[in-house]
Amino acid sequence: MVLIMADELVKIDHMTKKYDENTIIEDLSLTIHEGEVVVIVGPSGCGKSTLLRCINGLEPIQGGSITFRGESIDGKSKHINEIRQRIGMVFQSYELFPHKTILQNITLAPIMVQKRKKGEVEKEAEELLSRVGLLEKKDSFPRQLSGGQKQRVAIVRALCMHPEVLLFDEVTAALDPEMVREVLEVLLSLAEQGRTMVIVTHEMSFAKAVADRVVFLDHGEIVEEGRPVDFFEHPKTERAQKFLNTFTYDKVEKAK
Amino acid sequence: MRDLGIDVLFKGSNMLRLLEGLWVSMRISLISVVISMVLGLLVGALMTRKSKVVKWFTRIYLEIVRVMPQMVLLFIVFFGTTRVFGWNIEAEKAAIIVFSFWGTAEMADLVRGALISIPVHQYESAAALGMTELQTYVHVIIPQTLRRLIPLSINLVTRMIKTTSLVMLIGVVEVLKVGQQIIEANRTSSPNAAFGVYATVFLLYFIACWPISMLSRYLERKWC
Ligand SMILES: Nc1ncnc2c1ncn2[C@@H]1O[C@H](COP(=O)(O)OP(=O)(O)OP(=O)(O)O)[C@@H](O)[C@H]1O
Ligand SMILES: [Mg+2]
Repeated sequence: MVLIMADELVKIDHMTKKYDENTIIEDLSLTIHEGEVVVIVGPSGCGKSTLLRCINGLEPIQGGSITFRGESIDGKSKHINEIRQRIGMVFQSYELFPHKTILQNITLAPIMVQKRKKGEVEKEAEELLSRVGLLEKKDSFPRQLSGGQKQRVAIVRALCMHPEVLLFDEVTAALDPEMVREVLEVLLSLAEQGRTMVIVTHEMSFAKAVADRVVFLDHGEIVEEGRPVDFFEHPKTERAQKFLNTFTYDKVEKAK
Repeated sequence: MRDLGIDVLFKGSNMLRLLEGLWVSMRISLISVVISMVLGLLVGALMTRKSKVVKWFTRIYLEIVRVMPQMVLLFIVFFGTTRVFGWNIEAEKAAIIVFSFWGTAEMADLVRGALISIPVHQYESAAALGMTELQTYVHVIIPQTLRRLIPLSINLVTRMIKTTSLVMLIGVVEVLKVGQQIIEANRTSSPNAAFGVYATVFLLYFIACWPISMLSRYLERKWC
C-alpha cells in the first residue's frame, strides 16, 4: 500500500523496467508534486525516455508501481485512456498527424476523446496557437511547418487536453540550434504559469533556468537529485561531476 | 491515303459487338477488383500480425502468385479442375477466380506495406492523447494508410483490366476476341481490317484505363 499525499501527482514507487532480460530501470522511486518542474538529465541510453514512457503507460513495468493521483497506471487497464487525457506528452519528433491541418491536429482529441464542443475547442486552440505565435498557420499542414513550429504545435496539442502534468522528452533534440530557443521559451512560460512538468533535456542552461528540481539518472537509477543551483554548481557525486563535464570544453593548448 | 480498315467497324453491329466485348472485360476486372480489394485489406491486415503461422501461409501464397504466370493459373482453374475434379467452371467464373486470387495477393502486399509504413510513434502520440485503439485506427492510422494505398491500388486496377485480355485463351469472348472474330470474318472483303480493329481496341482500353490513371495521379499529387 502506497500512501499518497494531497499534492503528490505522480508517484513512482520502487519501479523496475526490463526489456526482455535487460534491466533498464531498477528500483526507482520518484514523486512529482503539483506545480513542480522536474528536469531529468543523464547520459544517452540511461533510461530517461523509458521512464517518461512508463509514466504514460506506453511501456509495461516489471516491478513496483506508478500511480497518478493514487490511480495505478497500467497500459493494459481500461482506465488508461482516461488517465492519459490528464497526462500530456510531447515527443522528440513532434509526431503531428500528417493528414490533418494544424487546427485539426489540436482539436481531434478534445473533440473525439473528451467529447467537447467543436466551437469551444477551436476557440481555445486558436487562442493557444496565437500565444505561441502560430495562429496564421492553423490551416496549414504539418509538412509546411519548420521543426520548431511543429514542436510548438505539438505542445499546444497536448495543452488543449488540459492535462494536469506534462511530459517532455527531449523536445528540442531534433531541432536546428536557432529553433531551440523558440520552443524552450514556450516551456519557460508554462513553468511561469505554475504547470506541473517533467522535462527530459540535454540543454543544461535551460534545465538550470526552468527546474525546481533536477534528477540525475545514470544506468537506470537516480544517482543524485536536488535544487538546480546545488546540482549544477556543486554536484555531490563523481558520476554527476563527470556527466556535467561533458558539456564543457577545455581551451585547446596548441603545441608551440 | 491507304485504307485503314476502319470501315469494317461500321458493318452490321460490329461496333456494338466490340463494346459488348469491352463490357465483358470490364465486368470480369471490376468484379475481381472488388473482391481483391476487400480480401486484400483483410489479408494485408493479417500479414502485419505477429503470428508465425499466418506469416508463413501468406508468404507462400504471395510467392505462388508472384512466380506463376496468370495464364498458367487460368489454365489450371479452367481446364485442370474439369479433368481432375470434374468441376465444370464457366470460363468467366474461372477468370474471376484467378484474377481475384492474383489481385488479393497483390492488394494484400500493398496494404501490408502501407500499414507498416505508418511509424509506431503515430500510434503512440494518439495513445498519449487518450485515444482508444479504435479511435486511433479510425482517425489516425486508416486515413493515412488509405492515402498511401489509393494511388498504388489504382495502378493495380489498371493492370488487372489490361490482363483480362488473357481470358480469351480460355474461350471468353471479350473485346480482343471480338476484334479477332471481326477481322477473320472480313479477311477477304477488308484485308486491312486488322489495323482498324486493333486500333479501336487500343482506344477502348485507353478510354477505360486513362481516367483511372488520371485519378490516381491527381490523388497522389493531392495527398503526398
Ligand atoms: N523497445 C526497446 N527494446 C529494447 N531495448 C530498448 C527499447 N527502447 C529502449 N531500449 C534500451 O533501453 C535503454 C534506455 O533507453 P532510453 O531511450 O530510455 O534512453 P535515453 O536515456 O532516453 O537516451 P537518449 O538520451 O539517447 O534519448 C537503452 O539502453 C536502450 O537501448
Ligand atoms: Mg531518449
